[in-house]
Amino acid sequence: MFIINCPYCGEREQSEFKAGGEAHIVRPKQPTELSDDEWAEYLFMRKNIKGIQFERWNHAHGCRKWFNMVRDTSNDEIKAVYKMGEKPPVE
Amino acid sequence: MTKNLRLKTGKAIDETYRISFKFNGSTYYGFKGDTLASALLANDVHLIGRSFKYHRPRGIMTAGSEEPNAIVQLHNDSSRTEPNVRATEIEIYEGLEASSQNCWPSVKFDIGGINNLLSPLLPAGFYYKTFMWPASFWEKYEYFIRRSAGLGKSPTKPDPDIYEHKYIHCDVLIIGAGISGIMAAKIAAKNGLKTLLVEEKPNLGGSTIYQNSDHFKINNQNSGSWLEKEINEIKKLKNLEIKTRTSVAAYHGYNFLLARENLTDHLPINQRKNKTRHKLLKIRANKVITATGSIERPMIFDNNDRPGILLSSAIKRFADYFGVACGEKNILFTNNDSAYETAISLVQKGINIEAIIDNREEVNSKLIYEVEKNNIKIYKGYTITDTSGYKRINKISIMQLSKDGQKVVGSKIILSCDCLGVSGGWTPAVHLFTQSGGKLKFREDDQVFIPNIYPSDQLSIGSCNGDFTLDEILLNTPKSLIEYLNIKNTEYDNLEILSSTNKSKRNIWLLPSDKILGKTKSFVDYQNDATAKDIKLALREGFRSIEHVKRYTTTGMGTDQGKLGNMHALGIISETAGAKMGELGTTTFRPPYTPLTFGTIVGRNVGEYFDIFRKTPIHDWHVIHKAEFENVGQWKRAWYYPKENENMHEAVQRESKAARESAGILDASTLGKIDIQGTDASEFLNRVYTNAWSKLAVGKCRYGLMLNEDGMVYDDGVTTRLGENHYIMTTTTGGAANVMGKLEDYLQTEWPELDVYLTSVTDHFATVSVCGPNSKKIVSEVIPDLDFSDESFPHMSFKNAKIGKINCRVMRISFTGEHSYEINVQANYAKSVWEKCMEAGKDFNITPYGTETMHLLRAEKGFIIVGQDTDATMTPIDLQMDWIVSKKKYDFIGKRSLYRSDTIREDRKQLVGLLTENPNEVLEEGAQIVADINKSPIEMLGHVTSSYYSPNLKKSIALGVVRGGKNMMGQKLIIPMEKKNISVIVADPVFLDKENKRLNA
Ligand SMILES: [Zn+2]
Repeated sequence: MFIINCPYCGEREQSEFKAGGEAHIVRPKQPTELSDDEWAEYLFMRKNIKGIQFERWNHAHGCRKWFNMVRDTSNDEIKAVYKMGEKPPVE
Repeated sequence: MTKNLRLKTGKAIDETYRISFKFNGSTYYGFKGDTLASALLANDVHLIGRSFKYHRPRGIMTAGSEEPNAIVQLHNDSSRTEPNVRATEIEIYEGLEASSQNCWPSVKFDIGGINNLLSPLLPAGFYYKTFMWPASFWEKYEYFIRRSAGLGKSPTKPDPDIYEHKYIHCDVLIIGAGISGIMAAKIAAKNGLKTLLVEEKPNLGGSTIYQNSDHFKINNQNSGSWLEKEINEIKKLKNLEIKTRTSVAAYHGYNFLLARENLTDHLPINQRKNKTRHKLLKIRANKVITATGSIERPMIFDNNDRPGILLSSAIKRFADYFGVACGEKNILFTNNDSAYETAISLVQKGINIEAIIDNREEVNSKLIYEVEKNNIKIYKGYTITDTSGYKRINKISIMQLSKDGQKVVGSKIILSCDCLGVSGGWTPAVHLFTQSGGKLKFREDDQVFIPNIYPSDQLSIGSCNGDFTLDEILLNTPKSLIEYLNIKNTEYDNLEILSSTNKSKRNIWLLPSDKILGKTKSFVDYQNDATAKDIKLALREGFRSIEHVKRYTTTGMGTDQGKLGNMHALGIISETAGAKMGELGTTTFRPPYTPLTFGTIVGRNVGEYFDIFRKTPIHDWHVIHKAEFENVGQWKRAWYYPKENENMHEAVQRESKAARESAGILDASTLGKIDIQGTDASEFLNRVYTNAWSKLAVGKCRYGLMLNEDGMVYDDGVTTRLGENHYIMTTTTGGAANVMGKLEDYLQTEWPELDVYLTSVTDHFATVSVCGPNSKKIVSEVIPDLDFSDESFPHMSFKNAKIGKINCRVMRISFTGEHSYEINVQANYAKSVWEKCMEAGKDFNITPYGTETMHLLRAEKGFIIVGQDTDATMTPIDLQMDWIVSKKKYDFIGKRSLYRSDTIREDRKQLVGLLTENPNEVLEEGAQIVADINKSPIEMLGHVTSSYYSPNLKKSIALGVVRGGKNMMGQKLIIPMEKKNISVIVADPVFLDKENKRLNA
């Protein structure tokens, strides 16, 4: 079970958090302009990387804030956490 | 009368405390400190059970948790009986009763033993190959397999014992209290670190504690005495907590570990009452030091599984620690020096050793010289080729090994014995290290896998790290701790050490025989009866991956996870396939290291504590009025209120009629409630609901449907505009938390620019819902100051009011189709408001109704329940609710998905009403719907989602989803049931009051 460093609260047990899938997928501003394929790209397509992955997490049983995490999915090492709207750290 | 093999000495034994116990119905005696295994051996009992596949007689092989054979059923009573208990781990107690498992009718005469004779017909993969086809026969095979296999019996009654979970946080966790674990504990604790030392056995000190040979000395004392002093010292350390009988089951990421502390299993039964049996420790440690030791390897030769064949180190432990001789005519078989330690120990105690068979040629070793001084015959460069003795070993055959170790040469020598100790060297117990994600490396010198890359803040020390001899352990342990704990020095830096072991080893994974392999039974996995031949067969049949060979041969898949034989399996694969051990890798070790009982896993979360349950503030009233409850999420909701002798159907019929004919009252407090405020609140609702909200006047209510981004219905409920920038949203009972989460997600991540604040107020407000033609009269009496006229207070509107001094919000909304009011009050006033309504409704036969009647009433009106009539594949269009989808709004969650090529298909499953041809026939919810039963295979068009007998319509009604159902009005469909086919007509889902006249009745 991870120890996650919530950017608002500090280190907490994973059981307080909820994972929210891939990060940095922006909801299209004008969905009606999109073709079926373009909309499907936003709706369904996720990378599911083995290795460094950018993810959304929510401190559901804490401050309830959403934030982003950089995690190596091959060994579960959390490389960084940062607030929504902040730029992802560059490797 | 059985022989007494009890010796005069035995470190762990209290000879003043005699304990009687039963094994397979016979009474035996042992002493306090004995395990079941040591006590049975002292009584000369070697035959413990039968093997899984061939039902071969099996005995005790080890003295620890790695035991594959000596697993027994403990039967205290039908609620506490426990299968698969290792006789080598269970300590005897007054009243212990154990029996062999996996044998029928008895361990001495076992019918399944016929499998042994049939074994040429039972090769690797036999079960896969034979029993998987034809599939329809599996049930029949399974009966026989299970009956003759049967790994023990489960208890038939609930577990009466108490289990607990406990969290522990520490600086350093040390796993294993052998010599290196003890040293690490002292160093860590003395450096100010909060340290926890756990040991699976009842006592500390590992195998060193009973080492009293002059060949192993520390600071001029024998190593056992030295360690004893160290143990006495660490027991006084304040920073150190020591837990014995505590076995680490799992090592997860981020140094999170689970351990089972066994508190009562060793006590006499009459001393266990009201005590916690097992504690599951959830340990989070900054640093973990693994000192789990090593497991002696058996040797792989023909018939290497007979009772009386033990690991050499186990024989030593039984003699030194428990004071038990495993046999009177002992032979040892080894490829390294450690069997000689056993020999010296037995000689000291006057136990007879017939011979030692050593794979190695001449070796320069002090231990061997010592043994030779005692005139014990050592066959150097020899191997065992076969053994005999059905229920106990009585003879071995030995032959000389060829120079390359691949063949046997010369003539055969037969030796008789009643006990054979084998030592194939040592395997580091790296199970926990690999569970944590650690990567191993292969050390060619002595053919072992040792820790290489640590995935978290941890360290392996002692023999689990490949340091097998006393000098290696004593030199390397302090050194690596200095580095790991970042300290200057330890008190162990300058120990004077005498260690006499010669490290040479002649490793041969599969020993040669004069027979061809096909004629031998050389067991690699004892518990699952996998032989060397099976592994070679798997390779011949094309299996290459170690994980595949494991599954095909079932090697390592027993309750012991192949702790003894996994390395040999790898070795044989490596030699046969010509692959390097290091490149093959090992199979994955999975938690738990040793099995855990279900009781330990669930702890106190049983019965009413299984899950949290939520009660409404009116709950007690429902209990007093004999409501039956149903679980809705975590809520306990009143389901129906049976009167004397009423069954559920009768109660629901009565409640439903009363609600339509006069008045009903429902506790709707469980509905999710979200308070929404902010200047952008209306815009926010526009984006999350399918319909438009900007024009909703203050004081008005509106039903809303919420979709997922994929266009599928997610939740629904009524939202009321309390003020210009203030709404209260209701959600479904089960969806409340998820809706809140979803709304917060969009606000925080997609639309942070919106000025909107959300507060969950589900628990703060309770809701009393009064419906029926007399509802207005009742609420008028409860709130006399409020104008309830239809002009002032029409359907879908809201008013603030006071009941005495209690503020409340009254909404005129309806989920039943009746004229209806919902009174929302602060939760702690809810019960009094409910009682006031009951009092005011007395003359109108106000009838409390539960969720079942609520479901029936709404189904009469064709109102959906999200999650019952919908799953995650229904769009509003599928539900025939096109009216609620705004055509004008530019965007809302899910809008774009409503005209994807898939969602506009005409033949999607759509919600329809279903009327049975026979109006008294009530359909089963979940039943399949078809058009043509003669077609093969029958095409499934959909299923029934809601079904009731309507007392108001006096007929059966149902809702269902049917492919293309919208265009099937009036068409006949069939519900095929087990005993009959039921005809239904597709109908409008609104069955009652299509004109909504009752809302204003
Ligand atoms: Zn937080």
